[in-house]
Amino acid sequence: MTGVWLVGVVGVVSVVLALQTGAAAADDRRSGLDFMTPATQALQRDDGLNPALLWVRGGEALWSTKAGRADKACADCHGAAERSMRGVAARHPAFDAASENPLTLAGRINACRVRHQQAPPWAAESEPLLSVEAHVAMASRGLPIAPPDDARLAPFRATGQALFNQRLGQLDLSCAQCHDGLAGRRLGGSVIPQGHPTGYPLYRLEWQGLGSLQRRLRNCLTGVRATVLPYGAADLVALELHLMQRATGMAVETPAVRP
Amino acid sequence: MATRALVNVPKLLRRGEVFEVRTLLGHPMETGFRRDSDGQMLPREVVTRLEAWLGDERVFAADLHLAVAANPYVAFPLQLQTGGTLRVRWTGDKGFDHTETLNLIVA
Repeated sequence: MTGVWLVGVVGVVSVVLALQTGAAAADDRRSGLDFMTPATQALQRDDGLNPALLWVRGGEALWSTKAGRADKACADCHGAAERSMRGVAARHPAFDAASENPLTLAGRINACRVRHQQAPPWAAESEPLLSVEAHVAMASRGLPIAPPDDARLAPFRATGQALFNQRLGQLDLSCAQCHDGLAGRRLGGSVIPQGHPTGYPLYRLEWQGLGSLQRRLRNCLTGVRATVLPYGAADLVALELHLMQRATGMAVETPAVRP
Repeated sequence: MATRALVNVPKLLRRGEVFEVRTLLGHPMETGFRRDSDGQMLPREVVTRLEAWLGDERVFAADLHLAVAANPYVAFPLQLQTGGTLRVRWTGDKGFDHTETLNLIVA
């Protein structure tokens, strides 16, 4: 009788352990936040310390500033960004029917400027564009990344995925080799993160300023000594699409801090 | 480029209770020892002094030097008996002079 009871207990325990292991193996994706030192994590977690908030405040002011020949502010159509822009960053890049191409959040902001405000688009990676992008993206903080289920994005996503796995540059390295294969290990003293775009635009200590995902991708291309694509290049947008798909379900952290 | 600065205090301020004023200034704090990608020396441009005034009384002052990183964060303690106007002023190279004003209300 004791023997049967023991087998029963062992059986239940092994089932419970298997369930737990199964659940853990299902998602071992980690945000770059988890790879940082506690001091840097504290910078991101505290809105009173996070330097990116300087740009967010600037973006907040620009959101209400009238611009262009239409003399309209973003707020005139969209109201308060905290409400109307909730979820927007989590589902960009998205397909833009007018240009028949995917648009990043920055591209979307500039498209609005040109089409609805009749104002000249802001230069890529310029301070006003980054500020408004940070302000808009922060409205999605805490929400899960939710790339749109849009069949028109499929060919662009496929390009992005191919690029992610493609060996590039003089060092002949692909994104996947480091960020899938070697995440958690070190490159010259720095921990290699998994490369999920959970907090863009973000304040990078290396830049001592705010930057977009494309700026980071260009840095990576420089790092493997490949030809650095210009801002707004189709391949960079395709990579962004793939990275967001790869990070589906992870929480938006904008505005993040990274080392 | 407009100067950006943030001054944060706790939401609820109680009479006689010590709280922290946290300031953050958007400034490159260029040391004058760095080179740009063309090899040219970037000129020195730093903020050298921070002062905080509550009404007419100076409640905090700090001298900042080259070792301070960009976008300097400075926090200091404060204690209020009555409400007042807090003025935080940063001054530095190239005639940099920026003030943030905050109305403090004591519960």
